[in-house]
This record gives sequence, structure tokens and C-alpha cells, in this order.
Amino acid sequence: MKLELDGVSFPLAHFDLDVTARLSSIATGIFGPSGAGKTSLLEAIAGLRRPRRGRIVLDDRVFDDRGVHVPARHRRIGYVPQENALFPHMSVLRNIRYGAAEAPIDECVRVVEIEHLLARRVTTLSGGEQKRVALARALVTAPRLLLLDEPLAGLDRALHARISSYLRRIRDELRVAMLYVTHDPEELAGIAEETVVIERGRVVAVGKTAEVVAFSQ
Amino acid sequence: MSAAEWHVVAFTLRVAALSTLLIAPLGVGVAWLLARYRWPGKSLAETVVTLPLVLPPVATGLLLLKLVGRRGPLGQLLDRAGVDVVFTWRAVVLAMMAMSFPLLVRGCRVAFEEVNVRFEQVARTLGASDWRVFLTITVPLALRGIVGGLVLAFARAIGEFGATIVVAGNIPGRTRTLALAMYDDVQLGHDDAAFRLLGVAAAIAFVALWTSEAALRRRGAPR
Repeated sequence: MKLELDGVSFPLAHFDLDVTARLSSIATGIFGPSGAGKTSLLEAIAGLRRPRRGRIVLDDRVFDDRGVHVPARHRRIGYVPQENALFPHMSVLRNIRYGAAEAPIDECVRVVEIEHLLARRVTTLSGGEQKRVALARALVTAPRLLLLDEPLAGLDRALHARISSYLRRIRDELRVAMLYVTHDPEELAGIAEETVVIERGRVVAVGKTAEVVAFSQ
Repeated sequence: MSAAEWHVVAFTLRVAALSTLLIAPLGVGVAWLLARYRWPGKSLAETVVTLPLVLPPVATGLLLLKLVGRRGPLGQLLDRAGVDVVFTWRAVVLAMMAMSFPLLVRGCRVAFEEVNVRFEQVARTLGASDWRVFLTITVPLALRGIVGGLVLAFARAIGEFGATIVVAGNIPGRTRTLALAMYDDVQLGHDDAAFRLLGVAAAIAFVALWTSEAALRRRGAPR
């Protein structure tokens, strides 16, 4: 995976986001305090928000540039928002099939271990189950990149290790590249090789996750 | 009830249903545009759409009369096409449409605004076109409000009086609706007949509300 963010900027409520970074790890952390612009950056990469200026290029495909804006549906970028946003009027299976009616789903379903949940209503799932279904739903489209927004937020401590292990399996078994947004750098240890630190819409550090974690403490 | 009264009831149901059917696509579309997008002239459009709700119905009727009357801008075109509107059943439908449109738009707009945009965003990242997102995510999640808006519009059409009497008159067997017939009965001192029609109007409203609620409650099981 090779992601180029070149002067990607747009106004936020209290400041302008302006990010330049070149990322090439299979798993990259994006770390910063709440309100730093992390979610907005993910939305721009996903194609849900058009930058006012700047270039977004993924594996030599130009997604955003002057006069260019590839819509989200043509980017094949998986997006798992913090609140999962599972479609509440559909079963787990229909959620997973939404993005890929014909594609095989067995492997994605196996990796996050939700075979037994397929017939359930999503509103009856626990928080951890919902997260796994949301991951599977994004994975069945064979995304070029998976965007994870605070994937452990709202889950209790016991679940953190479990979901983290699923994320490692996605990285190692499915070889899907991911951007992992969090305000807690400890979550990134063992998942992300590289981490970008964002504060008030600007990149303030890029480096090995271990160093960034040590620095932030 | 007399045959004439049954005729009035059947006629009212038919034209109110037709009116609701005709405004449904545009009403849902306008509500969606108002709920989801910012565009130039949006405030003006909002005001125009809401106007019939705050204007005296007779005034709306007068505007319609000027619009579709023989010398009106739309009336001339229709006249050339050989279509008579004023003082026909078409005028009844038109008056019902104008008066119930704001209620439909308001109901649907609130319903659309309550749908979390995250669902739509995620659907887009999963490869869905705007149209597919609208049909498979937005509409199902807003369905309760949309149906509510349609039922309210239908009920408003059933009860429509002021605009109808101006643009369609009160012609027995041609343009007389439930509300107009009730008014006639009261004027002529036929209170029994007026109360019979009142009972029918209340029953229609009750059945419409009850069936829509029941239909929505059944939408429980996942598909």
C-alpha cells in the first residue's frame, strides 16, 4: 500500500486541516487528541468529503487533485466508523452482502468468527459482535485500504485484546492495508508499524509506532 | 346513507387517493433535497412549499383559479389541449394536491433528517450509487415518517374545503366532496345527514391511521 496525502486541506469548525504524509506500511496508526481532525481526514480519504485543495493518491490512482474527485463508491476503500453504522433494518448477512452481492464471503466471515451470527438482526448484537460484523462488511468488498476509526472505542477492556487480535488476523491473513485512527497510542502497539501524529489538523510527527508511543507518554 | 351520500364518499376517497399518489414522488423528492442538500434558492423553495399551510385556503384556491382558469397561464395551455380543469373533478384533485403537499413534505423531511448520514456514507464506500443508497438505506430507514406524511396528506385531502370550493365549486355529482356535502347539509339544516358524513369522515381517518401504524409494526423481522 502506498498512500500519498499532499497538502490535503479543508476547513473544520475551529481550524483548517492541512495534511501532508506518505504512508507505505501495511498498518499505519493515526494518533491525536479528540478533535484533531482524524475522522475528517478518514472521510476525505474515503471520498466522503472533498478537500478544498491537495492530492490524495493511493497506489498510483489519483483520487483527489485539482479538478479530480473520485466518488467514494469507486474508490474501493473500506470504512468502519466508530459507531459501526450497521444497517439496522437488515440482518447481519444482508449487511455483509450489501457491498458484494456475488463475492465469496466465507473467508472474511471466518477471520472475524461471525459464522454463527449471520441470521441475526444487527440490533441484537453486542458491541464486540457489531464491530466484527462491520469489519466483515468492509472486507468482503476486497478493499484497497481499510479505514478504522477508533475501533476499540466504547468496548470494555476485556474486548480490546480480542478485537485487536482480529485486526492482526485481517492484516496478516487477508493482507489488507489499514489506517487505524485512535486517541490512545497504546492500542497501536502490535498493530501499526508506523504512526502519524496529528494535532489541530497538522501532522506533528511521523515515525515508528513504538517511538511515537514512548514519546507521547 | 343515501346513494348520493355514498357517491360523495366514494368520490372523495378516489380523488384524495389520486391526489396523494400524484404528489408522492415530487413531495418525497423535494423533502429529500431539503433535508440533505444546500442549494441556491433553498429558502425560497421552502417558503413556497409551506405557503399553502399558512395562507387562507380560499386564497390558495384563488391563486389556483388564476393559474388554471381559461385565461390563466396554465389554463390556456390546457384549454388548447382540450382539458377543462376549473369546476371539474380535476380541480378538486388540484386543490387537494396544493393543500396537502406541504404536510407531505414536512413529514418526509423530518423523517429524512432523522436518518443518520453515516449509514448513507458507509453504503457509498461499499460501492452503492446515490440512487441505490436512497432506495435501500434512506427510504427504508425513513419509511415510518414517509408513510406518516402520506397518511397525513391523504387525511388533509379528505378534509379539504376552502381551496376546493373556489376552484371546483360545489357541484352535486361532479365536484362535491365529503367536506362540501357536510357544509351543505349544515347550511340546509340537515343535521342528521351532516352527522352521518362526519361519522364516515372519522371512520376513514381512523382506518387510515390504524392501517399505516399496523403496517409499520409488521416491518419487524429482518430480511
